[in-house]
Amino acid sequence: MTALVPHVPALLIAVPLLGAFLAPIVGKLGRTTRNGFVALVLLVTAALAALLAVRFLGSNGSPILYVMGGPDGFAVPLPSGMATPIRIMFEIDAMNVFMVLITALVTLCAGLFSFRYLRDRSGGDLFYALFLLLTTAILGLEVTGDLFNFFVFLEITSIAACGLIGFQAWQKRAPEAAYKVMTMYTLAGIFVLLAIGLLYAEHGGLNMAYLASAIRGSVVDQVALTFLFVGLGMKAAAVPLHMWAPDAYGEAPAPVSAVLVVNSQASLYGLFRVMFTIYGGVANAVLLGWLIVALALVTIFVGVTVALLQNDLKRLIAYGALSQIGYMLLGVGVALVTIPTKPDFGFVALQGGIFHMINDAACIGLLFLTAGAAIRAAGTRDLNRMGGLAHTMRLTSVLFIVGALALAGIPPFNGFASKFLIYEGSFQLNPFLAVVAVLSSILLLAVFLKAFQAVFLGPRPEGASVGGEAPLGMLVPMVVLAAVVIGFGLFPGFFVERIVTPAARALWYGRDAYIHAVLGGF
Amino acid sequence: MSLGNLPFIASAMLVILGIYTLLFKRNLVKLVVGGSLIETGVNLFLVTFGYRTAGVAPIYTYAPAAKRMVLPTPQALTLTSIVIGMATTALLLSFAIHVYRHHGTLDARKVKELKG
Repeated sequence: MTALVPHVPALLIAVPLLGAFLAPIVGKLGRTTRNGFVALVLLVTAALAALLAVRFLGSNGSPILYVMGGPDGFAVPLPSGMATPIRIMFEIDAMNVFMVLITALVTLCAGLFSFRYLRDRSGGDLFYALFLLLTTAILGLEVTGDLFNFFVFLEITSIAACGLIGFQAWQKRAPEAAYKVMTMYTLAGIFVLLAIGLLYAEHGGLNMAYLASAIRGSVVDQVALTFLFVGLGMKAAAVPLHMWAPDAYGEAPAPVSAVLVVNSQASLYGLFRVMFTIYGGVANAVLLGWLIVALALVTIFVGVTVALLQNDLKRLIAYGALSQIGYMLLGVGVALVTIPTKPDFGFVALQGGIFHMINDAACIGLLFLTAGAAIRAAGTRDLNRMGGLAHTMRLTSVLFIVGALALAGIPPFNGFASKFLIYEGSFQLNPFLAVVAVLSSILLLAVFLKAFQAVFLGPRPEGASVGGEAPLGMLVPMVVLAAVVIGFGLFPGFFVERIVTPAARALWYGRDAYIHAVLGGF
Repeated sequence: MSLGNLPFIASAMLVILGIYTLLFKRNLVKLVVGGSLIETGVNLFLVTFGYRTAGVAPIYTYAPAAKRMVLPTPQALTLTSIVIGMATTALLLSFAIHVYRHHGTLDARKVKELKG
């Protein structure tokens, strides 16, 4: 076993990938065996993520390198004596570890939830193949140190995610949503590919650390940055490129919606990596930062106001999720604006933006899962035709309100902890930003209280079936996520210090370390 | 024979045609074609910038001595991108089939369950 420890980064990808293609075969042995197998794969993946985090803590903060295709280093020297890093490699610093932990947490909970949730539907074998493939690709996005490898994983997330969105093809809306989302994802992928082509043409390399050291900010570099920005922003669902997101989150099965949020966050991570590491120091950070701040404000505002108008429970949560992407962008945008001077409040905003990622993944995940349970019990998603579910689903309704309060940034839940950091950082840049962010949070609370009232309170509608509490198999993952929501809210200092600050530090100061880890030998 | 900048112009034309299709066509299958056109344009661009005038295929063992080679990496990129493009096209078309089964039409203006 100890011989495998150095290969944890590769195993993190290999285990779910192998699991994805074995799932349909194991499915021939029966549903229970397959579910056990998928649970095992997800658990092993989560354990590997935890192991990676532990190993990273032991590496004293310098990035872990894992080179594919040979132990003898990553540079294949040419006859001319020139050597550039050309092998595919994974490079993992604190930010990557942070993202991997988020992904492991949410995919594990969503996967366990889905066993009971999808029990009555057919096609489960293929569902789990796609589900594990999506997990693989998200993890791949988050650990790779090679830009083209990044593109490949990006496309795998697109394909697997759209397969899952359109999974309920017997419903009228699912294929339409999947078509729409796939078109947007394909466009986003093409933008990223074009940027990669430009960068390769300009610098002759695709390794992220190599590019970071080679980029000088020429016109071609700027054009490539624009394409990367648009492509990744589209996949992260920043307004005005968000129109696919409510369809995707709304039409996918509930556990998939939770994973799709993490998928968007992985693209957001890619954007951060591009802006802070690859283009750190050469791009016009102030201009870029203000652009992101503007996008963030629009995203928050549009997400919250459109959520107010929704009558469909899942679309309502989807717009809530959209607004949260805005908060992350706000924190990071404020940080970028201040990066030339590096004041303390910029770092606080960055911490807030990054901390909000895990908080959002947990509370939006929780909301999607509870909504899935509620929709399953009520047999409809229309807020006007739901009601009174709290009579039978006590625990589910409590979990929903926990998620809603956390999302709206009410103490003592986790959303408050990270939003407070964002408010604090953005207030010092410009009070107006903080005012918009706080007001939108309050509006969001109103939106979710309305939804809570419509779904769980009041009388049962005429003719509604009397369902019981959500089954245990669905409650356990929801309780785990709720525990994360409450735990991070009660002890924010502990988690910020352990996982968030190192991640923020890796983006804020870690550029040289990231480059040195690869190119140090040259 | 050198083609000059012709391949770059061709790839730009393909991309522009694709964008035109995506913006102004309403048939779901035509939209898939538009996406494919953009993708092909980008692929052509990748291969073109990797080309060296009078270069040979970048295989060391068979290369004649003192010959220029075209860049190998863009070709690898293009191959990968073509495979991915095939997968996305197939997936999109299968969704279009499902949409047609539900709605009896491929007209994007008539397929609008998802609004707001």
